[in-house]
Amino acid sequence: MTATTERASNPAAAAEDRPIGFGRLQRKEDPRFIRGKGHYLDDVNLPGMLHGAMLRSPYAHARLISIDTSAALKLPGVHAVITGKDLEGLNLAWAPTLSADVMAILATDKVRFQGQEVAFVVADDRYAARDALELIDVEYEALPPVINARKALDADAPVIRDDKEGRTNNHIFDWEAGDSAETDAVFARDDVVIVAEDIVYPRVHPAPMETCGAVADYDPIDGKLTLWETTQAPHAHRTLYAIVAGIPEHKIRVISPDIGGGFGNKVGIYPGYVCAVVGSIVTGKPVKWVEDRSENLMSTSFARDYLMHGEVAATPEGKILAVRTTVLADHGAFNATAQPTKYPAGFFHIFTGSYDLEAAHCKVTGVYTNKAPGGVAYACSFRVTEAVYLVERMVDILALKLKMDPAEIRLKNFIKPEQFPYANKTGWEYDSGEYERAMRMAMDMAGYDELRREQAQKRERGELMGIGVTFFTETVGAGPRKHMDIVGLGMADGAELRVHPTGKAVVRLSVQSQGQGHETTFAQIVSEEIGIPPEDIEVVHGDTDNTPFGLGTYGSRSTPVSGGAVAMVTRKVRDKARLIAAAMLETRPEDLEWEKGRFFVKGDPSQGKTIAEIAMGAHGTVTLPEGVDGNLDAEVTYDPPNLTFPFGAYICVVDIDPGTGVVKVRRFIAVDDCGTRINEMIIEGQVHGGLTDGVGMALMEIIDFDEDGNCLGGSFMDYLIPTAMEVPDWETGHTVTPSPHHPIGAKGIGESATVGSPSAVVNAVVDALQPYGVVHIDMPCTPSRVWEAMQGRHVPTAGV
Amino acid sequence: MQITMSVNGDSVTREIEPRVLLIHFLRDVLGLTGTHWGCDTSNCGLCTVLMDGAPVKSCTVLAVMASGHEIRTVEGLATGGTLDPVQQGFMEEHGLQCGFCTPGMMLTARALLDKNPDPDEDTIREAISGQICRCTGYATIVRSIQWAAAHPAGSSQAETAVDPETAEVSA
Repeated sequence: MTATTERASNPAAAAEDRPIGFGRLQRKEDPRFIRGKGHYLDDVNLPGMLHGAMLRSPYAHARLISIDTSAALKLPGVHAVITGKDLEGLNLAWAPTLSADVMAILATDKVRFQGQEVAFVVADDRYAARDALELIDVEYEALPPVINARKALDADAPVIRDDKEGRTNNHIFDWEAGDSAETDAVFARDDVVIVAEDIVYPRVHPAPMETCGAVADYDPIDGKLTLWETTQAPHAHRTLYAIVAGIPEHKIRVISPDIGGGFGNKVGIYPGYVCAVVGSIVTGKPVKWVEDRSENLMSTSFARDYLMHGEVAATPEGKILAVRTTVLADHGAFNATAQPTKYPAGFFHIFTGSYDLEAAHCKVTGVYTNKAPGGVAYACSFRVTEAVYLVERMVDILALKLKMDPAEIRLKNFIKPEQFPYANKTGWEYDSGEYERAMRMAMDMAGYDELRREQAQKRERGELMGIGVTFFTETVGAGPRKHMDIVGLGMADGAELRVHPTGKAVVRLSVQSQGQGHETTFAQIVSEEIGIPPEDIEVVHGDTDNTPFGLGTYGSRSTPVSGGAVAMVTRKVRDKARLIAAAMLETRPEDLEWEKGRFFVKGDPSQGKTIAEIAMGAHGTVTLPEGVDGNLDAEVTYDPPNLTFPFGAYICVVDIDPGTGVVKVRRFIAVDDCGTRINEMIIEGQVHGGLTDGVGMALMEIIDFDEDGNCLGGSFMDYLIPTAMEVPDWETGHTVTPSPHHPIGAKGIGESATVGSPSAVVNAVVDALQPYGVVHIDMPCTPSRVWEAMQGRHVPTAGV
Repeated sequence: MQITMSVNGDSVTREIEPRVLLIHFLRDVLGLTGTHWGCDTSNCGLCTVLMDGAPVKSCTVLAVMASGHEIRTVEGLATGGTLDPVQQGFMEEHGLQCGFCTPGMMLTARALLDKNPDPDEDTIREAISGQICRCTGYATIVRSIQWAAAHPAGSSQAETAVDPETAEVSA
């Protein structure tokens, strides 16, 4: 559906040639960004504002013996130095995490990862604050660290969390999904072919271009805290501050200004935010804290770090029967992952993928290590990324064993369109899908058969060309309140719509954009439902005093949940408009017909009222029907009935330099199905960005550690992110399979490409290396690792 | 110490500590917050500004080193009431999402087009390869710069993009 056709269907808008509803539309937020007038966290400057800086641990594991702040306090311009001991007095040294654990705000007993927060300085400016950090004298007693997650449960492993009474090991949880006995029975059959592989998804980092930060402004007279934060979830933060800090919730206002990228990194509450609040309370002045790049990479929410073992059982003809997997999940020093309470491994149990299986089972064990906490970020996806990577690598390994084409084996095993809604073996109900259509489209776009011919010719000449095929199904839009909460807060989202007397509208959201273009797409949803042009609709978000409650933007949930809320609230307004229009036209509501932007009398289209006329009537002197109050406003909280299941087919073509092992991504074809499409331009942008993330993880990005626990990815000189030189011009296509349960049929697109692309790249690399008999390489496929694999050497597992 | 430089055509003189970085001088002293900071190690290029027409990373230039030079920031891209074609191109081709890398990207694009009005794709990719964007995947940035090359200032489409901030009110 394009803007042009929508325009044609709406007489009022067509007259002014203004777009209505869905379709490609330039973004409403762009005019300020291209002028340098975005308003990001570090652009918040308040009168008398002070600056904070954080002192961090150089050790991965050490006992804190003493902290001497006297020299720092004597430095001119320094107002306060806050330590864990100070916070203990306020009962703030430890705070609950999003996963029923506690985390240190400032260390009191031990430091448990390199970069952990130890002391916070408040000074006149950022230079003075940094100077003061140098003058704080901390005495540590180094302890042996636990770096390799595989050794975390050894009997002689040092106990990291001895702050917890009675704890004698580093075990966090065991969690299972699927039927173990049923799955084992399939694997035990005589006639099945079994493949097995250890597959590591190494620790990576979201690394948004804007680092995390906060500006806290506590007003001691009325006791109100105004807190600007780089947060993807302002409302959840407000509630958590109220619970943790004891400030009444109505006296907390969280403002999330323009966000310079999030990718899950800005879901949690970081110690720096809390320290800025304490700093403001202590000094009586606003305090700004913005972390630097090393602080961001070394201490804030990482992603992945899943050590997986996958097994697939299939018939000799390539019909996949069962998948089972065991996972060791490295959660770092505190269990701070942001996922629904019931799901300590997130939605990893979507590892059954896009295939119709007889049985499946997974067991995930979470452990503590001396690494930074966090654990879902980077297109946070609630572990869908790890699940898709596992199954898509395993299917390729099976194809290799059976000497089948990787596209053919996927086509043979897809869940068929008529099987939807499809109950998989681990408890999900897939809403809708037409997988073969998307797969065939990707193969056509790629010229798949021709690529295979080219590859055969190149192999004869000794050239290394690889074609990677992948097909993914996500589960996003968390989620139904009966199943899903985070720290007891149901995962619903609110929306409020007001149509002003002149027919212009304001819609208020509980979610927060970090670049996804909410000001545009949510205006388009309202526009589609009620016929007001998007430019006449103001989208308000990111301010808890001015928006309804909801859990925020992560896990691709804005369109599935908040998008549902906005569609429903607009329909509620439209229903009310019908009653008012009927009163104005002196007819019965059921005798009115709706066309976008206008109600008219059935059989007499000349007798009608536009939304603007109805709005003026509602606020004016029209005699309103009984029970209808004088406005055109509504509010809803949308509780999604199910999650949505976007899917896609990706094909990646790589060339590898046999002399150096350098992998060059030559082409990347992505066919996505996110259900109903709101704004083509924004969807394509979301896909491009995710593909680039995926290429980065597959080829370059890793947060690794040495045996002492020193972080080896603590700057952009060490943590490599793709530039324009490492990625191709993306080739995108799409199919549309609407979600049957979502108000507008939309499924969400934010993470699809990040979820789907890493396996496409690695599958292509392994495919290219077939002349060398390579079955698997762990990410990142750096030149040295690829070259080692070509020499037939053991390539050490990354991340451990 | 005292420094004097031209910023977006205006001469500015300030007394500063010698260690102040150009990025902090622009943002904290002059209040030009359109230039963003991202890494401190010259890797990400968010802080790119033009010094005498050439891109520099202002997180690794001391303000004193810019004394006596001409600095141009994103706030100086639109001139005489008209958006720079690069700004228009980024909106037309979705060359931005979160907008954080955008000012630096646009300034590098402006410097490239000043030297080479019709660059091919490889040249554009190389020109922006010192800058990181985490959102767009670069293809739309390349297209945005191509759009700007195809619509140079003075061409009919570029002229229609009136910038309310710099437009002079006619009597």
